[in-house]
Amino acid sequence: MGAGIQWQLKEGSTATIALAGNPNSGKTTLFNVITGSRQHVGNYPGITVERKEGTVNINGTRVTFIDLPGTYSLSAYSEEELVARNFLTNEKPDIVVDIVDATMLERHLYLAIQFFELGIPVVLALNMMDDARKQGLRIDTKKLAKVLNCPVVETVARSGQGKKELIETAVKHALEKNQQWTPLNISYGTELDLVLDELTEIIHSNHHLTDRYPARWIALKYLENDTEIIRHGKINDKISTQLEELVSRTKEHCIKTLNIPPEAIIADYRYGLINSILKDNIVTQEKSRQERIDISAKIDTVFVHRFFGPILMIAVLYSMFQVTFSLGEIPMSWLENFFGWISATATSIIPEGLLQSLIVSGIIDGVGGVMGFVPLIAIMFLMISFLEDSGYMARVAYMLDRVLRIFGLHGYSAMPFIISGGIAGGCAVPGVMATRTLRSPKEKLATLLTAPFMPCGAKLPVFLLLIAAFFTDYKAQIMFSITLFAWVMALLVAKLIRSTVIKGESTPFIMELPPYRLPTIRGVFIHTWERTWQYIKKAGTVILAVSILLWAAMTFPSLPEQQTSQFEIERQSALRTIGNETDRQKALVEINNKEGQTALRYSLAGKIGSTLEPISQLAGFDWRTNIALVGGFAAKEVIVSTFGTAYSLGDVDPEAADTLSSRIASDPSWNKFTALAMIVFVLLYAPCVVTVVAMAKESSWRWAIFATTFNTILGFTMAVSIYQIGTKLIL
Amino acid sequence: MHKSLRHSASGEKAIVTAVTAEGEIGRRLREMGLSPGTEIKILGRAPLKDPVSIRLKNYTLTLRNNEADHILVKKVEV
Repeated sequence: MGAGIQWQLKEGSTATIALAGNPNSGKTTLFNVITGSRQHVGNYPGITVERKEGTVNINGTRVTFIDLPGTYSLSAYSEEELVARNFLTNEKPDIVVDIVDATMLERHLYLAIQFFELGIPVVLALNMMDDARKQGLRIDTKKLAKVLNCPVVETVARSGQGKKELIETAVKHALEKNQQWTPLNISYGTELDLVLDELTEIIHSNHHLTDRYPARWIALKYLENDTEIIRHGKINDKISTQLEELVSRTKEHCIKTLNIPPEAIIADYRYGLINSILKDNIVTQEKSRQERIDISAKIDTVFVHRFFGPILMIAVLYSMFQVTFSLGEIPMSWLENFFGWISATATSIIPEGLLQSLIVSGIIDGVGGVMGFVPLIAIMFLMISFLEDSGYMARVAYMLDRVLRIFGLHGYSAMPFIISGGIAGGCAVPGVMATRTLRSPKEKLATLLTAPFMPCGAKLPVFLLLIAAFFTDYKAQIMFSITLFAWVMALLVAKLIRSTVIKGESTPFIMELPPYRLPTIRGVFIHTWERTWQYIKKAGTVILAVSILLWAAMTFPSLPEQQTSQFEIERQSALRTIGNETDRQKALVEINNKEGQTALRYSLAGKIGSTLEPISQLAGFDWRTNIALVGGFAAKEVIVSTFGTAYSLGDVDPEAADTLSSRIASDPSWNKFTALAMIVFVLLYAPCVVTVVAMAKESSWRWAIFATTFNTILGFTMAVSIYQIGTKLIL
Repeated sequence: MHKSLRHSASGEKAIVTAVTAEGEIGRRLREMGLSPGTEIKILGRAPLKDPVSIRLKNYTLTLRNNEADHILVKKVEV
C-alpha cells in the first residue's frame, strides 16, 4: 500500500472513523497506537465511559478517530451502549471500525451483526491475531470478508501490526460507501418476519423516527422491547400505540407457542446466523492444540482459588504498599532536599518582607509539600495500572462480589473503591465517575457516597507526614491499617445507607473475566504518566492558587504597629541584657517564634482556626490544624502545604534545617493520639470540592451535600472518640 | 435432565437448553452468548461460593447464582 493508493484525496477533506467493539477487544490500545493519544487502557469491562477523539492526517485527509465505549451489544442496556448507539445514529460517522477479538469471534460478531443491521459502513479489525495463532486458530480472512460483505483486516493492536492497512482500508471503504447506509435484513423466522414487515410498513409510511434510524431497525427495536426507542416513539402517540399493541400481541403469541419472548428469538437467530457463517470453514483449529489448556484458566485455578485467592489478593495489595514505600523513599528525600534548597536560596536572594514571605512560605513550601509526594504517587499509579491492564482487577471484583453484596453493594463497586484509593493512592474524582458502570441507581449511589472514604493520593501525604512524625517504625503497617479501616468504614456506611435511606434489591452481576495479558510497557506508562501529570497539574494550579490564598489569609491582617514594636523592644532588651552568645540567640529565636505565632493567630485564618478551636480541641486539634483542615476542603493536598506554611510562619529560625514532620513531632500540642485522631478525621471528613462536584453530577446536589455533612460529622465523632479514649485511658 | 446452572458442579460440562429470564437480565445473558445449544463448562466458584465462573465460546463469564437460576442446562456426560 502507500504510494499506489487510488483514492488520494484533495487536501483538506475530512473523514470520521468510529472505533467500536466489545470491552477488552484491544480497542483502546489500537486507538492509542493510531492517534498516539494519551488515554487510559483498562482490562476491566466498561472502563471507557467517555468519548475520546484523536485526529490524524492520512494522505492529506484529516481523519478523526473516535474511541467509543466498549459494548457487547447495541441495545440500550447500559449507558455505554446508549452512548455508542447515539453517536452512530446522531453523528453518523463515515465508517465504523469494529474491533473483534479473533480468539472469540463468535461472541464478538454478535455486535458486528448489529452494525450490519443498522446499515452503517463497517470495517472489521480481526484483532489479537497473535493470540489466535498461538491457540492454533486459522481464520480465512478473505472468505470471512466475502460472507460478511465488508473488508476484514488482521491486526495486533499491541504491536501496531496491521494498523496502516486498517486505516487505509477504512478510509477507502468510507469513500466508496460515501455515507450510504445499507441495512442488512436478517430473517427471524416466518412469524417474526411477517410482524416485522407489518411494523416496518407502519413506520415507513408515517416516517416514524426514520430521520434518525432505518425503518426495519426501528421495527426490530420495538420487538426487542428497547426502552429507549419506545420512549422516543412516544412523540407520536397514535403510531406508537399501534406499534406497541402489535408488539404485545406478538409477544403473547410467542410466549404461548414457544415459551420465549421475541427478543430471545431474535438473539437466537443472530447466533444462528453467526454459527452458519463460521461453520463454513472460516475458522479451523489445529488438532494438536485443540486441547491446549487455557493459560488464563490455569492461572485462575490458583488466583481465584477458595483459599489461595483471597490470601493472594491481600498479599498483592500488601506488597504494593511495601514496594511503594521502600522504593519511593529515595526520590522523595531528593525532592524534599531540593525544595529545601530552593527555599533557602530564595530566602537569601529575596530581601526580607512580604514578597519573601509569599514566595518562600506561600508558594515554595506550599507547592513543595505536595510535589514531594510525586514519586510515591507515580509508583502507586504504576502498580494500579499494571493490575488493571493485566486483568487482575476483574478477578478482584469477582472475588469480592459476594462480600460487597452483604453491604448492599456490587462486585462493580470494587473498581470505584480501588480507583478512589482502595489500594491507597487513587483519586475519588475518577472513582466517583467510575460508578457509572453500576446499573442500579441504588448500588451506584451507595458506592459513590462511600468511595470518598478511601485514602486517595491527596490524603496520603497527610498520613505519611504524621506517620513520619510519630510512627516512623511502622510505616507500611500503619498505611495498610488505614486502608483496611477505610474499607471497613465504607462498607459499614454503605450498609447503613442501603438499609435506611436507599433500600432495595441487588442488581445482576454478569461480568467477563478477560484473559490475563502482560500489560504493554507503553500502556502502563502512558496511564501512569497521565494520572501523575494530573496530580502535578493540580499542584501547579488549584493548589498553587489555594496556597497563595491561604498564605494571604494567614498573613493578613498583619499585627498592629504597637505589637510589632513591642516584640522589637523585647528583642532589643534581650540583646542588651543577655551576655552569653548562645543564650542570646536562643532568646531571640523564642521571641521571633512568639511573634510569628501571634501574627498567625491575629490573621484571618488564625481567627477562623481559633474560633473553631473550642470544638476541635475535643479531638486534640489546635487552631493551626483547623486552618489546614478547612483548607483541605478545597483540596486535600492543601492540608500538608498549609501545615508547611503554618509551621514555617511560626518558626523563623533560619538555622532550622529540620523537616516539617520533625517540627510537628517536637511540637508540645501533638502526641500519638492527636496524630491518630487527625488521620481518621482526614480519612473520613468532607470530600474535596472537586469530588463533591463530581458526586453532584453523578447523583444530585442533595446527595453531595448529604455526604459532605454526614462524612464530616462521622469523621469528627470518630476523631473525638480516639483522642478522648487515647489520652484519658492510655496516656 | 434439565437443571439450573446454580446446581451444576464445578468441572461439569453442559449444554444450555433455555434462558428463562426476560427483560434486561435476559438480554444481557443472551448478548454474552448464553443461547440455547451453547456448550458451557463450569470452571468454578468464587471463594464464597458465589458468583460462578463458566467457560463458553472461548471466553470466561462470571455471574451470580441468582442469575444462574435463569439458565437451564443439560449435563454432558464425558
